[in-house]
This record gives sequence, structure tokens and C-alpha cells, in this order.
Amino acid sequence: MQLGRGLLTAPAAGEAPAPAAAGVAARRARRPPGLLVGAVAVAVVLLLPLAFLALEAVDDGWSSVGPLVFRHLTGTLLWDTVSLAVVVTACCAVLGTLAAYFVERTDLPGRRAWAVLVVVPVGIPDFAVAFGWKSLFGGIGGFWGAALVMTLAVYPLVYLPVAASLRNADPGQEEASRSLGVGRLATFWRVTLGQARLAVLGGCVLVALVLLSEYGAFEILGYRTFTTEIFTEAQVGFDAPAACGLSLVLVVLGLLVLSGEGASRGRGRASRTGPMAARVAQPHRLGRAVVPVVGGFGVLVVTALGVPVGAIVYWLFRTTTSTLPAAASVASAAAHTAAYSAGAGLLATAGALPVAILSVRHPGRLAMVLERSSYLVLAVPGVVIALAFTYASERYAAGFLYQTAWLLIVAYAVMFFPLALVAVRASVARAPVGLEEVGRSLGRSRLAVLRQVTLPLIAPGLAAAFCLVFLEAVTELTATLMLIPTNAETLATQFWAFESNISYHQAAPYAAVMVAIAAVPSYVLGRWFDRLPASAGAVAR
Amino acid sequence: MISGLEVDDLHKSYGAHPVLAGLSLTVPEGSLTAILGPSGSGKTTLLRVIAGFERADRGRVAIAGTVVEDGQCHLPPEDRHLGYVPQEGALFPHLTAAKNVGFGVPRARRRAGVVEGLLELVGMAGMGRRYPHQLSGGQQQRVALARALAVEPGLVLLDEPFSSLDPTLRASVRADVGAILRRAGTTALLVTHDQDEALSWADHVAVIDEGRIGQFGTPQGLYARPGDLTLARFLGEANVVAGVADGDRVRTDLGTLPADWAGGPPGAGGAAVVLVRPEQLALVEPGTDGVLTGEITEYQYFGHDAVARIRPDRPCGPGGGADPLVVRVPGGIVLRPGARTGVVAVGKVRAWAGEGTAEQGSTSG
Repeated sequence: MQLGRGLLTAPAAGEAPAPAAAGVAARRARRPPGLLVGAVAVAVVLLLPLAFLALEAVDDGWSSVGPLVFRHLTGTLLWDTVSLAVVVTACCAVLGTLAAYFVERTDLPGRRAWAVLVVVPVGIPDFAVAFGWKSLFGGIGGFWGAALVMTLAVYPLVYLPVAASLRNADPGQEEASRSLGVGRLATFWRVTLGQARLAVLGGCVLVALVLLSEYGAFEILGYRTFTTEIFTEAQVGFDAPAACGLSLVLVVLGLLVLSGEGASRGRGRASRTGPMAARVAQPHRLGRAVVPVVGGFGVLVVTALGVPVGAIVYWLFRTTTSTLPAAASVASAAAHTAAYSAGAGLLATAGALPVAILSVRHPGRLAMVLERSSYLVLAVPGVVIALAFTYASERYAAGFLYQTAWLLIVAYAVMFFPLALVAVRASVARAPVGLEEVGRSLGRSRLAVLRQVTLPLIAPGLAAAFCLVFLEAVTELTATLMLIPTNAETLATQFWAFESNISYHQAAPYAAVMVAIAAVPSYVLGRWFDRLPASAGAVAR
Repeated sequence: MISGLEVDDLHKSYGAHPVLAGLSLTVPEGSLTAILGPSGSGKTTLLRVIAGFERADRGRVAIAGTVVEDGQCHLPPEDRHLGYVPQEGALFPHLTAAKNVGFGVPRARRRAGVVEGLLELVGMAGMGRRYPHQLSGGQQQRVALARALAVEPGLVLLDEPFSSLDPTLRASVRADVGAILRRAGTTALLVTHDQDEALSWADHVAVIDEGRIGQFGTPQGLYARPGDLTLARFLGEANVVAGVADGDRVRTDLGTLPADWAGGPPGAGGAAVVLVRPEQLALVEPGTDGVLTGEITEYQYFGHDAVARIRPDRPCGPGGGADPLVVRVPGGIVLRPGARTGVVAVGKVRAWAGEGTAEQGSTSG
């Protein structure tokens, strides 16, 4: 008997996983059919709006869709939307990155307080920021007004991932750069920003997607984009073909933006060798620059946080007993909002579970396609999703579910599904598969193991997913206005009704409740996401 | 008698890369068997196929007489009635020690105090309410073992369960686990890459190499009578010297010794390759008639014993190889590099017929 050379490679003390182990994940016992069916069903529902748009275009034929797409209005909207998106994204990139750098890497006085204050606006709905500016400074509007308000409303989407990436980056790289004779400014440009590059790009993609789908803020400021025009055509003009034609262009824009994120990820990664260092970077000294930097933070916090919060408080105190909306009305609207949002949170989390388990536990081409396609939803603005569900219900299901709470809940769940998926996926990936195997070997069936082992392990992730969707749904305006059940009122619809009548003092209480519900937990969740891997955090919004 | 585990002609590949290539193995009931092999040899895959976490391409597995895997049938893991102790113990973090142990136990038996009995068996009585993060690494392994034993398994599989423990704890936990399994009378299969662990722990050792069992036997048998030199070196340090057959005995520069011939002795005067373990060599005063002499080149002290390397004055390896001889001496003897000494071998040695080559004599293994 001859032993092969294999034995001569003397075993090391800490044996690395055998090469076979690398393939283990991919070749574990076959996919349970129930899981597959669930994941496919979720993907189908998610892609329904896109499918409906395509169907609509094919149905009407090119001869009728073509003129709707290629008309003068489309060109004007395209220019107005894209130019604003480019300007705001650029402003957010600079503002968010600089703010993150000063908070994370310099000896800025009061760093911890600034870190909280610059993040809180992420929980304030964009339309509330616009409301604050419009109600206090009535003249604001137009391109630059919209650019200012939107930049202040969404820059945290860049700040959050960049701050997380700077916090986790290895300070040794900067030190190495300085020791190689590269100056301080050049090191910032080449190394510090290099480390944060992916985070900046990920944040910019989110900003651009938000701008494409924003309705409320632009409506308040009187600025016309694709989304406001689609909303008007659908809700006021009842012109379905025109709304669908514009939606097609908008979705293509969204897909272009989303593909930019995928392309940016292909080129290298911000990586580090060795374990995560416990070492904290030596903060850069601001020196005399401290005065303008602190001044800048002051202006930022006043304009982004102070104006909307101040406006709400101001109008609350201007309210007299005669104009005060009945407390019961606010409570009832809040109850509706909470119920719809909770339903959406449950539905989205439940839907994310099979997709996440499939993609983590049974990776393969099919799982990847299902997971990727669910992220496509990010490129579809809420107005388009609402439109698609409305028309699909009317045209193909004889009004089934139309103007019921169910349709609104499903629309919410679809819109915010990627958030739920990111949270659930991360927690499934962190739950060791070995525990599930032990459970199986102890005589428990696959379902029993899911219930007794996997679900308790990933419970925090499920809770986070629920909260993320819930908070987003609380402040959702566009789809809510389009799909709200007859006779029902939510905080968002009530706010909108009063705001549209310029009854700012009556709108303010609803905005106050929304901000109170959304802002504080959003901040807590933001900190939670900081601890996720960068790629997962990039998709989170 | 029923075998605790029977594996027959097992095949498993990942893509074009075969991991198990017709592996066969029979483990006697109630015995502790170690699967020993370097990384990538397929030992973990073997364990996962036996447990049912992976499906074999071909071949048969029977646990305590029940076929759990062959061409047609693939019993799911939950129906195989085996205990599985993974690396790092893998206790359920959300359950207490007692709940972990009771995970696979039906409610009626849980009420009957089975869990407490098992915790006591593994020396963890009274610690059932603790959560895994409140237990030390060794305690976690004991709980993991109790959990595996709770289902009254026909076979316990241990996947390098001691490798994550720190070295001072490892030996004692290992001995305890072995003793508990012997007391429970369970058949157990341990996967390891650590030859000391395999030799000290198991009743039988199966050496796995390139997807097959290279050799199977008792630890003493494998160490003293390995099938070939590669295996001999894998199991411990080895000196290889040239010899000449002399009936049952073999004549070498280290003396004429009783031989254990692999594949039968060659005719008288035939060339031989001889394995001499470091502890089979003894140092004597130089100058004794006919004794091989040499210079001490290296001396490493380990406390309980010490290892010296000796450059022999005349080459004694196969094919004229002049590699240093490795000698294990009691720790009390202090040697000085540069000093001269005589070397003799004692006891029975393993020998193979043939000339051998200088490379075979090389002690770097």
C-alpha cells in the first residue's frame, strides 16, 4: 500500500478549512422546494410593477407609446429632472463627505454632538423640510430653491456610509502614506478618500434615486419633475397612457443610476489585511481652520434641522384653539398610519426571509437572479409602483383590492422591500450554519430547525427589518396619496390636505407626530447599520 | 457482531475535484476511532456525508446496521440517530445549557430527568441554567457532547472538537470526553489532523489520504508497524537506516536487531530499509567496539525529555545517505553540542526489503 504525497504536507497546528469546505456552502443538501417557491413568489410580486409597465407599452403598441415618450414635454422634464439630480448629488457628495471627514477624522470640538445633529435630518421626511422652508420663507422655489432644500434633506445618505467607512478604515494606510513622503492634503485626496470612495458612490446612488422618486417636496416648491408630472397625469388628468409613458422613461433613468452603483463596485475594493484593528486613528488637527469649520456645521444644522423643526414648532404655537384640528383626528390618522406601516413591515420582512435564506444558504445562479431582481425595485419610484398597482387592479382584476388597505400595504412592502432584505440577509449570514446542522442531526426536521434555531438567531435582524420598513412607510407620501382607501386618513394625507390649503398651522401637528415617530428611531437604526458590512450598508437607505 | 459504522466505496467530488475516491471503513461497535489526515484529505467531507449534511455521489453508509446512504436512499440528517459535535461546540446561543442538551429529547424523557443525568455525566451538574456565553470553552464542549449523547445515538461524530481549546485545556478535555464516551459505550468517530490527539485518544486510527483510508489499526500498531515510510513520518519522527537481512533479524550500523518485516523478510543477505524511532536509540560512551560514533550537533530540551541530533562518522542511511540521527533521551541527561558519543538501537524495528534511496533516509518530514 502506497500513501500518496498528500501526507507529506505536514499538518499545521491550526488547520485551515479544507479546500472542500469552500464548496460546502454551494453543495449542501438540495434546496427545499418550499423555500424556492416562496422566494420566486416574492420576486414575482416585486417585479409586477415593472411587468405591468412593459405590458402596457406592448399592449398599446409603439405607435401610441412612441409619441407619448418622444414629445417636447419629455425633453423638458428630462432636463429639469436630470440637471437637478446632478447638482444635488454633487452637493450632497461634497457636503456629506466633508462633514463625515470632520466628524470622524479631526479634532473638531463637540464631535459627538455634531455626529448626532447632522444625522437626525435623515429621519425628517423631505416634504417636511420643504414645508419648513416654504412656510417660513414663502418665496423659495425654482431650480435653486429645490436644489437647496433637497440637498439639506438628503445629504445624510452620503454622510452615513462615508462616516462608517472612515471609522472602520485602517488608519495605518494614512500613516504609511505620510511616511512615504506624501503630504497631508495629497494623503487626504489619495488615501482617505480612496478608502471612502465606495461609500461615497453608494451614497450618491441613493441620493439620485431619491431625487427621481421625490414628489411632495417638489410639489410644495412648485418644481416640476417626472414624478410630479406622472402624479398629476394620473391623479388629476386620469390620463393612464401618458402616465405610463412617462413612467417608462423614469424607470429607465432609475435603472441607469442603479447600474452605476454596480459598475463602481467592480473596480477594486477598500480592503484591509489582517483583523480589524482596535486602534483609533489619530485625529487630524484643525488648527485655525476650526472657526470656519464649526461655523459651517452651525449653518448646516440650522438650515437642515433647525428650519423644518423650527417651522413645525412655530406653526404649532401659532395655532389657536379655534383652528386646532381635533386631537381625535390626529390620533385616528396616527392609528391608520401605524396600522398600514406595521402591516407593510410584517409583509416585507416575511417576504425577505425566503429570499435571504435562499441566497445565503443555497447560493447559486437562481438565488442570485432572485436577489438581484428584488433590488431592482430601488430603481422604481413609489409613484410608478402605486400607478402600476392601481391600473393593474382596474384593468386585470376588475378593481380587486383597489382602494383597500391591502393594496396600500402591498405597495409599501414592495417599495421598501430592499431595506427589509438587507437587514434580514445580514442577520442570516451571521447565523452559523453549523447550528442548523446540529439541530438537524438531533432529529429535528428542516421546518422545526427553522422555527427553533434559525428564527431566534436572526430575530434582531427581523426586528430591524420591520422597523426600517415601518419608519419609511410612516413618512411615505406619494403612494399613500394615490392608494389611500376611501374615507381613511393617515398623518401624511392629512398633512398634505392642510398644506395644500396653505393651512400651515393645521398641517403642523401631523408633521410633528410624523417626525417624532420617524426621526428618533431612524437615528438609532442608523447606528445599527453602521456596524453592518459596507456593501450591505450601501444598499440601505 | 454489528459494526458501529460501515462505509463502503464512498465517492464524492466537487466539480472535477474528487474528495472521496472509493473510501471504505469499518468501525467496530463501541470503539473510539480517529480519522487522521492533513487538510484537504477529505476527512471533514467524510464526516459530513456520514451525518447526512452532504450527499455522496456513490457508495454506501450504514450506521449500527441501518443503511442510511446508498445509490438510491439518502436518509435526512434528522433520521440518522447520530450525535454530532462540531468544531467550537456550536451550542445554540439563545438556549441555556439544559435546553441545549434537551433540544433533541422528546418531552416525556425530558421530564424523566434525562437532561440532568447527562449534565452530571459530563461533569456539569448544576450548571444547566447557564447560557453558552457564561461557560468556558471546555465546559461548552462538555455540554455539546451531552447534547449529542442525549438522542441515544448509534454513533457520535466529533469534528475536530478540541482544536479551538487552548493547549493546556485541550489534553484534559480530550481525555474526559474519551472517558465519557467509553462509559456510555458509544461508537465514536473523531476527525483530526493532530497525530498526538489521534494516537492518544482512539482505540483505532484510520489514516485518510487522497480520499481513501491509507491504513487502519490500533495506535500502537500504526506507530510501530506503519505500511510505508511516508505514514511512518506522518505519525512521528523517524530515522531511516540501511540494513542487511539476517533471517528474522536485520544487521545495521546501529546493531543487529529483531525485525518486523513488512511483506515478509527477503533472503539472507538481502538489502533492507529500516525504521528506527528516536526513542529506540540510546547514547553510549564512544570507543566501545563496533559501536557507531558521531558528533552531537543539536540539543533541544523539552523538560520531560530532550532530543539530540547526531552526525554519524560514517553514513548509515539507505543509498549512502548521511543524515543526522534523531535521538530522544530522558530530560535529566544534559548534552553539549560538539561532544562525541556512540549510538545503539534497541528493541524491534520495522523493516522493508530493498535498497532504498538517500532521499528515504532524510529525516525532514
